[in-house]
Amino acid sequence: MSKTRDIAVTVNGSVHRAAVEPRLLLADFLRHTIGLTGTHVGCEHGVCGACTVLVDGDSVRSCLMLAVQTDGRRVETVESLGRLGQMNALQESFHAHHALQCGFCTPGMLMTATDLLRKYPLATDDQIRQGLSGNLCRCTGYEHIVTAIRALVAAKGDGR
Amino acid sequence: MKPPAFDYIVADSVEMAAAALAAAGGDGKIIAGGQSLMPMLNFRLLRPSVLVDINRIDGLAFIDEAGNTIRIGALTRHFALETSPVVARHLPVLSCAMTHVAHLAIRNRGTIGGSLAHADPAAELPMLALLLDAELRIASSSSRRTIAARDFFLGAMTVDLAADEILTEVVVPKLPAKTGWGFEELARRHGDFALAAAASTLTVSDGVIAQARLALMGVGATALRATEVEALLVGQVLGPNLTARVVDAVRAAIEPETDLHASSDYRRHLAGVLAGRVVAAAWRRANEGAA
Repeated sequence: MSKTRDIAVTVNGSVHRAAVEPRLLLADFLRHTIGLTGTHVGCEHGVCGACTVLVDGDSVRSCLMLAVQTDGRRVETVESLGRLGQMNALQESFHAHHALQCGFCTPGMLMTATDLLRKYPLATDDQIRQGLSGNLCRCTGYEHIVTAIRALVAAKGDGR
Repeated sequence: MKPPAFDYIVADSVEMAAAALAAAGGDGKIIAGGQSLMPMLNFRLLRPSVLVDINRIDGLAFIDEAGNTIRIGALTRHFALETSPVVARHLPVLSCAMTHVAHLAIRNRGTIGGSLAHADPAAELPMLALLLDAELRIASSSSRRTIAARDFFLGAMTVDLAADEILTEVVVPKLPAKTGWGFEELARRHGDFALAAAASTLTVSDGVIAQARLALMGVGATALRATEVEALLVGQVLGPNLTARVVDAVRAAIEPETDLHASSDYRRHLAGVLAGRVVAAAWRRANEGAA
């Protein structure tokens, strides 16, 4: 076992200090070290997108990043978006359009969509689908997820 | 599905990273974006004793105009290349290709240096480096050198880079005036590794093709330049007959492997179709005056 490193990471606005092995994945740090189990772990090799979080505002696969690399950085997980009774607009749209069934992919879908909505116009369904192409969902057939994001893009366009 | 244990060094300069690699005696690995390395660690396909993290080196991520070239720092993220106005203006074929690279979360982390050094046979950036006659700058603890992209890629995931060397910069000549370009890729799902892809630039002078470049990938152990097909194009006006000859010549020039994803025959057919499309698109853009 290699020696541990002391890191300080800002997760959802709170600073977390921990001594971690360099090989600890960011996903495991979030889930096991600090107990934020909203981030789901599917494939552990960057294919399924379930573990997507934001690091310094950019979406990343937390299974393809080491916890030690986030020392001094800002991480946002699905828990940062909202809570029951206080969901954000993206979560409300997923709820309104039935954009989830089992919910396993949902945290990754929400964090990916958060970054997509900031970076791309998402003017067409094709663009939305391309943006989601790195996130696997085995229940919905994606149709309602696309609908939920399209509705949010349209609402933004209306200035609401 | 967890990485093996390794020592971890955060380098704050290229010199420090090179020294750490040299000290590791061939058993060190650089981690940049980690989007290919981390899966290999998670699968334990690799067990480096030392991981040298270059993400915190200042001045290794940049896109600069320098005379007739664009200089790109090795740590430049795919998303920065995709959205760079400098790249869009002078290397539009690269901007287009970047939209096909994986998915946003991968493009946010992955780097040009990492993609070139990893040299996956189905990755876009090695093909673009070959197409655009890029030069790669490489540093070690004792020396610096420059190598042409055409000499850098030796085989699948094999490049001319010693265990103590770091790729630091990619220098890409701007597209000349009156140059059109084309890029086409076929993947089963957007962002997946390509079954095959093709890219071309054609420079037109006095109504005929003065310089032709055609690169292919997914048809061999590395991306390649179809030089014999390029020779067919020089001095010519592109029309349906010549495009058909390009398609046939590409199919004759390659010997793709059969794998789980596609047969050799299908890849040969596909490469021809894509090559025909990219030279046609390049010709059209060159004659529209689009750079």
